[in-house]
Amino acid sequence: MSDNLLELDHVTMQFGGVTALDDVTFAIRRGEILGLIGPNGAGKTTCFNVMTGVYAATSGGVHFDGTSLAGLKRFQITKRGIARTFQNIRLFPDMTAIENVMVGADANHRTSVGGALLGLPRHHREEAEGRNMAMELLTFMGIADRAGDAARNLPYGYQRRLEIARALATKPQLLCLDEPAAGFTPAEKVELMDLIRKIRAQGYTVLLIEHDMSLVMGVTDRIVVLDFGKVIATGTPSEVQDNPAVVAAYLGVPDDDA
Amino acid sequence: MSLSESLRSVTSGARSVSRLGEALAKQSRSVRWSFGAICILALYLLPWWPNVPVLGWIVETPGTSFPSVLTDQVVIFVLVALGLNVVVGLAGLLDLGYVGFYAVGAYTVAILSSQHANLPWLLCMPIAVLVSMLAGVILGTPTLRLRGDYLAIVTLGFGEIIRITANNMHWLGDSRGISNIATPPSIGPLKFGVLDAKPYYFLGFTTILIVIFLLRRLENSRVGRSWNAIREDEDAAELMGVDTFKFKLWAFAIGAAIGGLAGSLYAGKVQFINPNNFPLQLSILFLAAVVLGGAGNMWGAVVGGALVAWMPERFRGFADKRVFVFGVALVLVMVFRPQGLIPRKIRKERWLESWKPSSGTALGSKE
Repeated sequence: MSDNLLELDHVTMQFGGVTALDDVTFAIRRGEILGLIGPNGAGKTTCFNVMTGVYAATSGGVHFDGTSLAGLKRFQITKRGIARTFQNIRLFPDMTAIENVMVGADANHRTSVGGALLGLPRHHREEAEGRNMAMELLTFMGIADRAGDAARNLPYGYQRRLEIARALATKPQLLCLDEPAAGFTPAEKVELMDLIRKIRAQGYTVLLIEHDMSLVMGVTDRIVVLDFGKVIATGTPSEVQDNPAVVAAYLGVPDDDA
Repeated sequence: MSLSESLRSVTSGARSVSRLGEALAKQSRSVRWSFGAICILALYLLPWWPNVPVLGWIVETPGTSFPSVLTDQVVIFVLVALGLNVVVGLAGLLDLGYVGFYAVGAYTVAILSSQHANLPWLLCMPIAVLVSMLAGVILGTPTLRLRGDYLAIVTLGFGEIIRITANNMHWLGDSRGISNIATPPSIGPLKFGVLDAKPYYFLGFTTILIVIFLLRRLENSRVGRSWNAIREDEDAAELMGVDTFKFKLWAFAIGAAIGGLAGSLYAGKVQFINPNNFPLQLSILFLAAVVLGGAGNMWGAVVGGALVAWMPERFRGFADKRVFVFGVALVLVMVFRPQGLIPRKIRKERWLESWKPSSGTALGSKE
């Protein structure tokens, strides 16, 4: 078994004439928290979308746990063990928090129309398992007190955490968080970073998109920096921090240097 | 009683039904069951309601036999609304050609019991349900890749194709239609003939109860949850592991099967069908029933179906203005209750109050 859980192999993604990802190659190691950072429009979310099957890469390939993800449907990729959250929250608004998480848990269930109509034992077993798992995840995320409320009525911070709970319910090997701290106050961000560490401690591998550099420094093991669709740096937080290309991408290059 | 007053009474009635439901949900199991049993009994006696003072004046259908309105209209519309509610209300797929499945069900019974064979109704009915279901799968397989407006247009075409095909194919009785369709078999004192409509009502109402029972099981399962998730956000649902295409196809197939079931009941009752029984307008009315009742709420579909079927007959006293009155009534209901008479509810999770953490943790069990 290779150390790498997921590998992006020379992935290029073009939309018409726009190249959103340009020959991107990096790997996520088992059990690490990898930060994917870069200025706005660098291609971070596109990278996520290629990994989770939302887009098919123009060229190059994605390998997860040793096998290629090419040609798999999105839900199949999720069942393989990649779960994600969304930059702009995409819960099921009229469903309760617990139902949202149970949808995620259903990824590993097999009851279909026949089983539900006949009330087969598997249906009851899976329902009970889904409920318990969902409640435990909500408790773990600290939002179990609002389990019975519609997702749309939850406070913003709860909705963000509910998305993570829903993703965890699919029992992923790799959890991809797309700017989970967006819109959070500094105190909430610190709390969330603690939570991400706790998730990793449970054995999950985490890929974290965040464009707030200072925030990512504390929580990630390694960082990949994207700019204009290209990987411009890879390394530990301290290595990346001192990398002149990264500084230039974030702060811009003075005119006399250009 | 002016129109607006009567409408206000309809909407406030719907509100009190909703409130009654909430109050009942708090009661113990035995209270809820006995209330349900009384309601079911009262509804079995529906054909006799016009004989009851006051109530009779409200429900009566001047100029048309009330039991016939129940069997030819109300039962059919309620069943159809229940089926269409799965497609539109639960899975969120706009189907404008639902009359097609209803026609497939009716024509299957007609062909097998009169036109080309002499099979008994009781055998034709399940075949009709299966054939309609198959029609749903055949229509759904290529079209469910489309979304929203595009799906609506394709299904609209489907409904018309079925009607026009029936109109032009000699094998399907062309425009003259098919007569002498078999009726359901008589059971003891229940004689299914042309004289008494009540046995058909009992059969239809029993069918509705069975359909509701089965649909409830689906709603409270992984299947129902997947449908809801697809309606709320199809992309997010798929990324959370929902096989969206499979569950959309199931919604289509189940909706079609119930539509076909309604068609087979209709054919067995009227014993004569022709393509004019299945106009596009009927699809629109079916959809109106679901939306009026409250898309996504099974009880809403029942109420909506019953009202859309019954109101035009109740307003027959307005003579040639009755369709106008019916239309105004629909518009006003939608103004005052835009979510429908009995809107979709956030699910109450009864078990939450008694939930206790079990020994193994969900996160730990991953290893």
